[in-house]
Amino acid sequence: MKHLLSAADLDHDEAVAVLDAAERMAATQAREIKKLPTLRGQTVVNLFFEDSTRTRISFETAAKRLSADVINFSPKGSSVSKGESLKDTVLTLGAMRADAIVVRHPASGAPSRIAGSTWTDASVITAGDGTHQHPTQALLDAMTIRRHLKAGAGDLAGRDLAGLSVMIVGDVLHSRVARSGVDLFTTLGAEVTLVAPATLLPVGVETWPAARFYDLDRALAEAPPDALMMLRVQRERMSSAGGGFFPSPQEYTREYGLDARRAAALAPHAIVLHPGPMNRGLEITSEAADGPRSVVVEQVANGVAVRMAVLYLAMTGEKEPAV
Amino acid sequence: MNYLIKGATLPGGRRADIRIEDGAIVLIGRAGAAEGAKVVDADGLIALPGLVDVHTHLREPGREDAETVLSGSRAAAAGGYTCVHAMANTYPVADTAGVVEQVWRLGRDAGYVDVRPVGAVSVGLEGRHLAELAAMARSAAQVRVFSDDGMCVWDAVLMRRALEYVKGIDGVVAQHAQEPRLTEGAQMHEGVVSSQVGLAGWPAVAEESIIARDVLLAEHVGSRLHVCHVSTAGSVEIIRWAKARSIAVTAEVTPHHLLLTDELARTYDPVYKVNPPLRSADDVEAVRQALADGTIDVVGTDHAPHPREAKDCEWAAAAFGMTGLETALPIVHQLMVETGRMTWAHVAEAMSARPARIGRVASQGRPLAVGESANLTLFDPAANWKVVPELLQTASGNTPVAGRQMRGRTVATFYAGRPTVLDGRVLEGVAG
Repeated sequence: MKHLLSAADLDHDEAVAVLDAAERMAATQAREIKKLPTLRGQTVVNLFFEDSTRTRISFETAAKRLSADVINFSPKGSSVSKGESLKDTVLTLGAMRADAIVVRHPASGAPSRIAGSTWTDASVITAGDGTHQHPTQALLDAMTIRRHLKAGAGDLAGRDLAGLSVMIVGDVLHSRVARSGVDLFTTLGAEVTLVAPATLLPVGVETWPAARFYDLDRALAEAPPDALMMLRVQRERMSSAGGGFFPSPQEYTREYGLDARRAAALAPHAIVLHPGPMNRGLEITSEAADGPRSVVVEQVANGVAVRMAVLYLAMTGEKEPAV
Repeated sequence: MNYLIKGATLPGGRRADIRIEDGAIVLIGRAGAAEGAKVVDADGLIALPGLVDVHTHLREPGREDAETVLSGSRAAAAGGYTCVHAMANTYPVADTAGVVEQVWRLGRDAGYVDVRPVGAVSVGLEGRHLAELAAMARSAAQVRVFSDDGMCVWDAVLMRRALEYVKGIDGVVAQHAQEPRLTEGAQMHEGVVSSQVGLAGWPAVAEESIIARDVLLAEHVGSRLHVCHVSTAGSVEIIRWAKARSIAVTAEVTPHHLLLTDELARTYDPVYKVNPPLRSADDVEAVRQALADGTIDVVGTDHAPHPREAKDCEWAAAAFGMTGLETALPIVHQLMVETGRMTWAHVAEAMSARPARIGRVASQGRPLAVGESANLTLFDPAANWKVVPELLQTASGNTPVAGRQMRGRTVATFYAGRPTVLDGRVLEGVAG
């Protein structure tokens, strides 16, 4: 794996291998000395055209735990008209001999453009591009789900998500988390259900390998999830073209929010995920976010392990970590 | 210089010699000796009336970094054209008699094709006030086609007024059909592919709803409407319905909408970013069928050159548009003629006669016949060539068919009796 541009790039065995590698990385993080010498002398650039402190520090932590040198670069402009072009930025990083570039960009496909260009030889890892993909988020979600719901019979290694039901609720239209999740979870054998108002589902979603509901309560009753993922709703979605994608935050919360009542109706083993940052009181109430089913904080910890695994596999070219 | 074209195949299939003297065709049939004329061997070549493009962006004035009237004219000649309609979205906009006369003169000075400027419908393409259409019509440029192409005349009242007003100058409004509110931020066709690649969708209904409105307006006020770059199956159905009602509507399809689909957006290569966007395979089949059955009248290239930096970036930041003058006829040949969907006579109608009638260009689009001005092109259907952007005449490299094999090539083009292309090479210094 030289690049990781999309969760759809991973086939079943590759995806399981990344999760297994992430578990081995996580095991090293329980040691007193967390730092591994694996990527010593290599340089990872976090190229973030969009603000995201959480994702950036997760990648930065992962790279540093592998002893890579880390450079954070957050250009202000993101297009030809707004300052330096993507091409010139990447050429500059290439000239500085970056070994891997972790890219977050508001334009869908920008990391693919970099990876497919002659601008750099570096590995390109997508850290979220537009409304396209966020593959390490899907991997950390899968890791979290696997830990909770597949650990029953001993060793996790080699296991996938077969037989599990994953429900994704919210703004699927604009969500790279949802697209990556649908790709990865179905690759790993899970059944995926999407729940959203029709305004927040893309035209074409009917061809996705996922069931769809417009009614959350009906979905919870008819397709009870083992893992329930609540997507972040951006408040600006209420004021964009056409007067907004939904009428009011209050109506959204009533129809699609996860509150204590809905959380209590979940199966006893079910877990609740959120990619963060949460809008408490909009898509999830504090009772649900902080309740016993919530694995939100654990997702963050697993994010570091997953990103260590991805950087390791992409930068060393090996199939599994020697740690 | 006089010319004798030997053994060409006419659009109807008959083989004949064509003698050109003093700019006109003086004989079609069996010629004897050359009698001092330069002989052009046309054995195996199709002779077509010079092609006429209703939709070309020559970019001058203002964006000479992308194309000039001269470079675009050379590209047109290389593609078999003898007339192009230069769209109005230049800098400054071609919304006054002064600008359209400038473009017309640049075309005349270049000397490769008739450059017929298109006038803007509205001042500055802003969609608020009518430009001085009559002034442009009565200028030396004799504008008959008016379009805000690149922008839609979205205001129904302005569109109505434009349709009414051009009746007095025998003009036509060429509409870029795009409902603006439905396409804010749109990047590609809205459908299966956009849902997966996460690029904002440009729905078919945004095109179809404007076309439906406009054919009804054209019927109501009894005027002529031309629909630019039809790209969807639904648009075809609306135009078919309008024609059945005898509404005076004509429609155009581009070579790229005949050939390519939205699947190419998966590459994120902005060379495939165009407006209207590449559509689904079903839409492609619908526009092919519509061209074959005459629902779509003409092939227009929407040749839209852009400098490299406008495409050497992420998709969302890239400009819309692709070049097409030099590959239009090979694409139509491959898709429509080789498949048996169109005859060469039909191609001559769709790429020469009808576009000339839409633009009211009297000397163009005429049949190959004695007494007609010698505007014609010779096409070798057996020639295979690979598209190498650097080898094309256009000043820009944004062809969507780079690296593809083309079936057939323009060998010679005669414009008003003088060759602009001979032996497949664009000639220098053709201006008379």
